[in-house]
Amino acid sequence: MEELRPDPDLLLDQMRRETERSREGQLKIFFGAAPGVGKTYAMLEAAHKKISEGVDVIVGLVETHGRKETEALIEGLEIMLRRSIEYRGAVLKELDIDAALARKPSIILVDELAHSNAEGSRHKKRWQDIYELLGAGITVYTTMNVQHLESLNDVVTQITGINVRETVPDFLLERADEIELIDIPPEDLLQRLAEGKVYVAELAVQARRNFFRKGNLLALRELALRRTAEQVDEQMQSYRRGKGVKEVWPAAERILVCIGPSPFATRLIRAAKRMAAGLRADWIAVNVEAPGKVRPSENDIKGLADNMRLAEGLGAETLVLSGHTASEAILDYARSRNVTKIIVGKPTHPRWKDMIFGSLLDELVRGSGDIDVYVISGDSRESMPHPAVKAGTAKVPARDWIISVAAIAGCTASAALMFRRFELVDIAMIYLLGVIFTASRTHRGPAILASLLSVAAFDFFFVPPFYTFVVHQKSYYVTFIVMFIVAFVTSRLTFRVREQAEAARRRERSTAALYRLSRELVHERGLEQLSAIATKHISTVFSQNTVILIPDDQGRLLTPAGEPESFVLDERELSVAQWAFGHRQKVGRGTDTLPGAKGLYMPLVASSRTVGVIGIRSDDAAGSFEPEQIHVLENFAHQVAMAFERALLAEEAQHAVLKAETESLRNTLLSSLSHDLRTPLAAITGSSTTLLHQDDVLDRHSRRELIFTIIEEAEHLNRIVRNVLDMTRIESGAITVKKEWLPIEEIVGSVLNRMAEKLIEHPFTTKIPKDLPMAPFDPLLIEQVLMNLLENAVRYTPAGTVIELSASVEDDELLVELADYGPGIAPGDEEQIFEKFVRGPAAAGGIGLGLTICRAIINAHGGRIWAENRKGGGVVFRFALPISEHPPVVETDEETVRFIS
Amino acid sequence: MTGDRGLILLIEDEPQMRRFLRVTLQSRGYELIEASSGEDGIAQSATRKPDVILLDLGLPDLDGLEVLGRMREWSQTPVIILSAREQEQDKIRALDAGADDYLTKPFSAGELLARIRVALRHQVMHEGQTEPVFVQDTLRVDLAKRRVFLKESEIHLTPIEYRLLAYLIKNAGKVITHRQLLKEVWGPAYANQAHYVRVYMGMLRHKLEEDPSRPRFFINEPGVGYRLRFEVPPEQDS
Repeated sequence: MEELRPDPDLLLDQMRRETERSREGQLKIFFGAAPGVGKTYAMLEAAHKKISEGVDVIVGLVETHGRKETEALIEGLEIMLRRSIEYRGAVLKELDIDAALARKPSIILVDELAHSNAEGSRHKKRWQDIYELLGAGITVYTTMNVQHLESLNDVVTQITGINVRETVPDFLLERADEIELIDIPPEDLLQRLAEGKVYVAELAVQARRNFFRKGNLLALRELALRRTAEQVDEQMQSYRRGKGVKEVWPAAERILVCIGPSPFATRLIRAAKRMAAGLRADWIAVNVEAPGKVRPSENDIKGLADNMRLAEGLGAETLVLSGHTASEAILDYARSRNVTKIIVGKPTHPRWKDMIFGSLLDELVRGSGDIDVYVISGDSRESMPHPAVKAGTAKVPARDWIISVAAIAGCTASAALMFRRFELVDIAMIYLLGVIFTASRTHRGPAILASLLSVAAFDFFFVPPFYTFVVHQKSYYVTFIVMFIVAFVTSRLTFRVREQAEAARRRERSTAALYRLSRELVHERGLEQLSAIATKHISTVFSQNTVILIPDDQGRLLTPAGEPESFVLDERELSVAQWAFGHRQKVGRGTDTLPGAKGLYMPLVASSRTVGVIGIRSDDAAGSFEPEQIHVLENFAHQVAMAFERALLAEEAQHAVLKAETESLRNTLLSSLSHDLRTPLAAITGSSTTLLHQDDVLDRHSRRELIFTIIEEAEHLNRIVRNVLDMTRIESGAITVKKEWLPIEEIVGSVLNRMAEKLIEHPFTTKIPKDLPMAPFDPLLIEQVLMNLLENAVRYTPAGTVIELSASVEDDELLVELADYGPGIAPGDEEQIFEKFVRGPAAAGGIGLGLTICRAIINAHGGRIWAENRKGGGVVFRFALPISEHPPVVETDEETVRFIS
Repeated sequence: MTGDRGLILLIEDEPQMRRFLRVTLQSRGYELIEASSGEDGIAQSATRKPDVILLDLGLPDLDGLEVLGRMREWSQTPVIILSAREQEQDKIRALDAGADDYLTKPFSAGELLARIRVALRHQVMHEGQTEPVFVQDTLRVDLAKRRVFLKESEIHLTPIEYRLLAYLIKNAGKVITHRQLLKEVWGPAYANQAHYVRVYMGMLRHKLEEDPSRPRFFINEPGVGYRLRFEVPPEQDS
């Protein structure tokens, strides 16, 4: 056989899964067909073997059921204490998962995978405990019988007639790294049973007798063998895929199963799972929110939720569809997803209903085209029709009943006005109007009442003899029956349309909310704003009690400060949220893990990490969340997680850039400072020591010279320190622009005042129009800009050359220009001079920060600054500050010619 | 001659600054008391009754503003604030809280002495004397007759312009914050309308200054307020 190149994607996928696995513990299942085959015994033997190899093995929990051989094997093993849980007076002993996690052995033995934990445990099921242990990197040995496997559960029930309630999801078996089938011939097992070596607590004596029949045992054995073989086959397949062995791969199959709230649906689900497993196909479980359905009853909601959860547990994708008709909705969706097979249940309702309302099955089969439709038989005992009418009447407010009666009373009144002038048929029509009105405004019950009342009132008031229910003419009975049927059917149809519209609105609302959320999230950057937006949107869709928890550097979740609406998290709830964060799983109310918590916690899992947790609590304290809601919340969580991750990545990138920049700034600064600070310091030290030690030999002129040197150099140092400090403040973002309205003239005045001494050698002119309007800017910062520009001009131009300053307002901008007649800038350097540590020609004595500071300040004002060489020589610096609003109005008093009080 | 010009309390924790000020002030004939902490300064100001207090804002034990506040509870002695450049807000708060003037470090001895002379002069005027006519350079204001002259020619001012000028003259040489000017000239309701002062100061500049962009009388202290230039000659006090 030719070795082919393996598909790189498949290889990558396999590698990824293997690395993930290598961090997790291994799962070994000792698998048997029935109790008593010796699974626990085999597990203990394996443990002893591992211990002899020097592996750290402990017994987490093993049930010996008093069997001597098993007890003998346990001796010499390290056994963990169990956790005692008091439940309804009895003390139940369960696996102490926290102790196991703390002890962290290499291998832990945990018997009976299918066991349900006592109420009050962390998980509902033991397999969840084991899942957590595996996640912590501990290898688990466990035991399990074939009848506990979810997808085979109903088959086993059919074979043995015994309903097994404790089940284990199939994916756990698929997840197992090793399955050891413990198999003994049925004869031997029956022999052991007879000897009392088999302990079957959960079955009564009679049931036990039924269970341990040779036929049953043979069937179960076959199931176990087949399931193990399938598993081996799967492992073989993945090996072959990895090695690039070409095989015939069936065209991708996709199965869709339609389920409802009835317990019968569990059969459909398991059948679909088996078929999907056999075909290696994906499968989808859908519920159709049929427009014909009235508001579902509590029982229906719960039943559907259970069924959806079961399907999810078996690996299905679940969702709820709605449409004009059920068949249309199913077929449309099936086509959109390339479904190849649809599984539906056999109808259990009477045939006449199909004739009146149409048959879903019939429509499906007719419209299915090339999709195969499988009809799975139902069990009449299980498929109890759900009490729809009862559901409808359950919560009808009194107002609706009043509307119903009032509508018919109103019809009677208007009919009385028409009576005698119109035919009786027309009067009957008026009543129909009342019934439709009632149906469109109220519930099912009042609508039916209106139908009945309309017939009664029609008979009582308008059919002779009047004011009695007695009818003489037989033909009126037909009128009554037709009238009732028409009223009844019309009311149902009206009601149905309303329900459908409502359902559509509900879904529309969550879709729209999701869209709005994602759209708003795109525009935000900060984690806090993102979290606020997400909280707001989730609150509007689900519950007012929403909180988003973000971890700190150590991965501890923190409640965001200052969110008044969010619920207060006590220590316990916070630890539940922390669990969700650590295990990347949803926990709490509505889930299988820690269902006793007050809220539901959903981790925000992004592509590379978990970025936080959404906590949500039902508005009424006892309320739970439906799978559909949880599904929608998951969509929200996904959006939020992506947005958070994006924000975190951006932040990290920015930090990295900032850090690099700070680093380079610091380096340049240090090298620059060491020179720039030492030069004036040397001059000061030299001058002052000369003054001190040679006071007697210095003439008056030399003394003054030295003193001036000290003053000048000190000022120079002051300028350097000021610039460095300004730069640092700007870089660290500590400078905020405090804009005030003021005339630029004022700032020019103060700058010229401060620099008066330096400007002595330069003729200086200003051109500022008298009526120049005020502009909004930060006076201190702009003073700094002008001062730096002026200092530059003085420093780089020869004494005696003119410096000109002018200001004007053009196009909503204040434009300030400072021109000199110096040597100008080397062409091409006009931009570069604004960069950090870029200095002009030598000996000018700056450190190259002045213009950088100017640019930073002007940019912070939203303005711009640039330099140009002038045609006649010299350079002109210009900066423009935006004037985006109108200056504030100042009421000036009348100009008085003269006033003497 | 030591001490006959006035008693100055210096509240400053830096020894170098104290040494420089000690030499400078004593050589100019002032008597100096030194305090290196806020608490010490408050105690000294109560027992020694100085004529002028120099207060550093960055003290180790107490906030300079608190020292000022506690002294202002019972004393109107002029206080000159010594501060670093970054403390603009502190300066304004100190001035609004009753400080008379401020100096930004580093400052020259000449600037310091000029401020001390202005402060001492105001201290004297507080005790009753008023000058009916203000003269500075070419500007002459007859406060009794409410007439303003520039180089002998009379200048006409609006009532508000005049009130503004009169208040500046009353505090000549001292820095006045925008807030103080607004409250005194326009009334408390205008305390945050800094643009009113700016517009009127501009009008005064254009009427009374030769070159309004290089004012000689109306000195702008950016971010803080205004000062009417007023030189007290060193000889005048002796």
